[in-house]
Amino acid sequence: MSPLDLLVAAPLAFMIAALLSGPWGRWWLLAAIPVMAGLTVWLLLLPEGSGHVVGGWTLPLGVQLRADGVAQLMVAATAVCAAIVGLYALHEFAPGADRSETAHGFAFWPLFYLLWGGANAGFLTTDLFNLYIALEMVSLAAVAMAAMGSLRAALRYFVIALVGSLAYLLGVALLFSNYATVDLTLLAEMARPDLATKTALAVMTAGLLIKAAVFPLHGWLPPAHAAAPAPASALLSAIVVKVGFVILLRLWFEAFPAIIAPAGLELLGWLGALAVLYGSVQAIRQDTLKALVAYSTVAQIGYLLLAFPLVATAAGTGGAWAGMTIHATAHMLAKAAMFLAAGLMLKAVNGHHLKDLHGLARAMPLTVAAFGLAAVSLMGLPPSAGFLAKFLLLEAAVEQGAVFAAAVLLVGGLLAAVYLFKPLAWAFAGSDTPVVVAKAPLRTAAPLALALLAVSLGFAGQAMVDITAGSPWAGPPATEAEDVQ
Amino acid sequence: MNEFLPLLLVFLPFVPALISFALPERMAVWRDVINISFALAKLALVGFLLLSVEDGVTTEWRYEFLQGHDFILRTDAFALLFITLSAFLWLIATVYAIAYFGRGPHLARFFGFFNLCVLAATGVAMSGTAITFFVFYELLTLATWPLVVHKGDEKSLRAGRIYLIYTLAGSAAYLAGIVWLKSHVGTIEFAARPDLSGIPRLELTLIFILCIGGLGVKAALIPFHGWLPEAMAAPAPVSALLHAVAVVKAGAFGILRMIYDVYGIDTVSDLGLGPPLAVLAAATILYGSFRALMQTDIKKRLAYSTVSQVSYIILGASLIGPFAMIGGLVHLVHQGIMKITLFMCAGALANRMGIKAVADLDGAGRMMPVTMAAFSVGALGMIGIPPSAGFISKWYLGLGGLQSDARWVVAVLAGSSLLNALYFLPLLYRAWLLAPSQSHAPVRELDGAWNRMLVLPAAITALTVLVAGLFAAFPFSPLSWVILIAERGYLK
Repeated sequence: MSPLDLLVAAPLAFMIAALLSGPWGRWWLLAAIPVMAGLTVWLLLLPEGSGHVVGGWTLPLGVQLRADGVAQLMVAATAVCAAIVGLYALHEFAPGADRSETAHGFAFWPLFYLLWGGANAGFLTTDLFNLYIALEMVSLAAVAMAAMGSLRAALRYFVIALVGSLAYLLGVALLFSNYATVDLTLLAEMARPDLATKTALAVMTAGLLIKAAVFPLHGWLPPAHAAAPAPASALLSAIVVKVGFVILLRLWFEAFPAIIAPAGLELLGWLGALAVLYGSVQAIRQDTLKALVAYSTVAQIGYLLLAFPLVATAAGTGGAWAGMTIHATAHMLAKAAMFLAAGLMLKAVNGHHLKDLHGLARAMPLTVAAFGLAAVSLMGLPPSAGFLAKFLLLEAAVEQGAVFAAAVLLVGGLLAAVYLFKPLAWAFAGSDTPVVVAKAPLRTAAPLALALLAVSLGFAGQAMVDITAGSPWAGPPATEAEDVQ
Repeated sequence: MNEFLPLLLVFLPFVPALISFALPERMAVWRDVINISFALAKLALVGFLLLSVEDGVTTEWRYEFLQGHDFILRTDAFALLFITLSAFLWLIATVYAIAYFGRGPHLARFFGFFNLCVLAATGVAMSGTAITFFVFYELLTLATWPLVVHKGDEKSLRAGRIYLIYTLAGSAAYLAGIVWLKSHVGTIEFAARPDLSGIPRLELTLIFILCIGGLGVKAALIPFHGWLPEAMAAPAPVSALLHAVAVVKAGAFGILRMIYDVYGIDTVSDLGLGPPLAVLAAATILYGSFRALMQTDIKKRLAYSTVSQVSYIILGASLIGPFAMIGGLVHLVHQGIMKITLFMCAGALANRMGIKAVADLDGAGRMMPVTMAAFSVGALGMIGIPPSAGFISKWYLGLGGLQSDARWVVAVLAGSSLLNALYFLPLLYRAWLLAPSQSHAPVRELDGAWNRMLVLPAAITALTVLVAGLFAAFPFSPLSWVILIAERGYLK
């Protein structure tokens, strides 16, 4: 056995357990957290580039799971997010007074584990078809969670996600007929710049851009993320979009770096820049809190794409690469914190609008503090992991003379300050203390812990850079994965 | 010498910040005691460091937060100039703030962020690299915002919004500048001035403009000064310590670091960047004074006066000469103690007598003689009348202007002093020579501990203004310390 299998298998086992135990399903979380924490630590301790072929079949027949830097970082961040969001959700998704509440309480937990297992599979697998399955697991769970908030938004999400999946699957089929393998590491060795490969790459990329909600294919995200219950929104914004992003990384930088045209990278960079600007402007225009936070996700995903040309040009120096992956991690933690804090605040005032937050900093100081700290990281201000990411990307952009990318990074930070300080200003407004209904005050600890982590990771910069450097295309190429059975 | 001393000095205010946030309002007395004790402790630590730095011992704490990026906190003589000022004024302003707010609600947050601001200002002073400086500089922005919007009314929120837009845009420009420069020279360490010889002149000039422009926002250089008068919506202790001292000085301090420790005066004069900056500073000095003249609100008048006075520091640095440098550096301290005196007096007048506009000042000298006496010392100092500290600054700046063959500087100084007199003397005239209007009930200025705590801090800083002027030649006076800085580093 290896932690790589277990990181995928354990959540699925918990899913079945949660399904079978009915009203008590939610309590499996207390077992899941230590198990997953242990597995994550084990994963982090694995030597660089450790791989493992499931079931003993050798490539190209078998399916390889591999722990490279990006997988280690993303699996660890996912574990932290999922654990804390899960603890927060224990209260919200419980058997309740009416039928729909109880139904949500039952349905959430299996979906939660499905999402967790799917995300881990998405981060660890090097097999494109297996990645398709991971993508579908995550999407399925995500759509169902979105449906708890708004059926309309979820249906829209479902249809668009389906298109994305089909596009991706079409690409996988094309590649398989062309190369007779769908393993990334093998494809990297035999990639040919022929039409079929390029078509496959194009349709897969389009599918993944949908999944990662990259502008202009982001339309499904704001309504779905804004309508879902807070813990679900947190998982959707933090984890789900990152799965599409990581697969995109693997395709572009690991499988087909040799045949990627610079124009393609430039295009992705432009999409990212537009996403940053468009998402930020839309976020500024929102007057409901969760829609604002959801559009902020569209903007923040933009930075990840903006980094693509920088990463490709930097070729091995690692700064841009580290900046991009740290940004993904920082966004995961900060955005989950922000959605949870937003959920607590909106529940307490029983409203949706920014103006409902009037004076809340005096009634719920810790929750507002969590929101504020998460905002610091999202704006890319020091000291935070978000700042570290922005700084590394900015440095790479300046070194490469990518003036436009540097400008977008700086302007994006300012726009983020504009939209994130709007709710904070409402929370500080007035001089009275609003009376709020605060149920389960302990839950405040969840967003606060996530936000503090996002901020304090800014002090562990080198450690994160070292982890991300353990990726085959960030440092010296490691073609043969070592088996760690 | 212990290498953790710089770390301790910077992060000392973090403890009272956390305690202030956590203590419930009914334990406000404990909060006050803890805040004052920590301010005292910090002052003691600073005193110890002053002695050791005078002996030539500098301490340093480094941490490599990213490969090739050092986080350095360093106690050099220049840092201590700013730190001594902020530590002394922190203590004074804490006592004042406690008395000013009394036992009002929601003060936990105020004192918490107040401490974080002091932490950030100390960090700004002790930063050993440009990126360390940036971290604390941004922290200062973030920690000041809740203080600006403290009152929560529409005016404060607007002020907070404007403050953020200006300062965040400024620091983004600064960040762009230092990252650009770093791509050429690697880590920008202040103690080891980078070698700029290989960089094209145009790029060096652009980087200089980005950095000085960015830092100029907090230093309230025109045309980036717009946030400062707006920020007067904040409570008086905030205006006194932060807007007179910490925030604007952080900007000015950053500009001095840029000129002396990153570019070096030789490069700056070689690139011909001194004169334009001097002209900009001179324009700010005159513009600020003109605008101050037009204000009817006392705090607004003081705010425009700050806009004007902070640029003396930048003028001194941009003239590139020993006397001008000394004048500019010493004004960093002198302006701080004079302006905090004025703001604390203005706050006390508003608090006790409801005086906010210039026209309400009639006869205030008879009601609150101690406060008005302190105010008068501050105002005369600003005008530059001997033997106040302000005279020393202007004297050296004037000499510097002559030394650098920039005679127009003397004219600017004279014009500015005239304007200072025009906007300060009517206040003194009203307060001392006109009869009080009937609307004021009699005020007992020094009755009770609370009132004494409100009035005496200003009296102490006013006294300091006189002492710094009269005993300028003594060791550890601001002037002597500045001469020590100049001899040790910047004149070589």
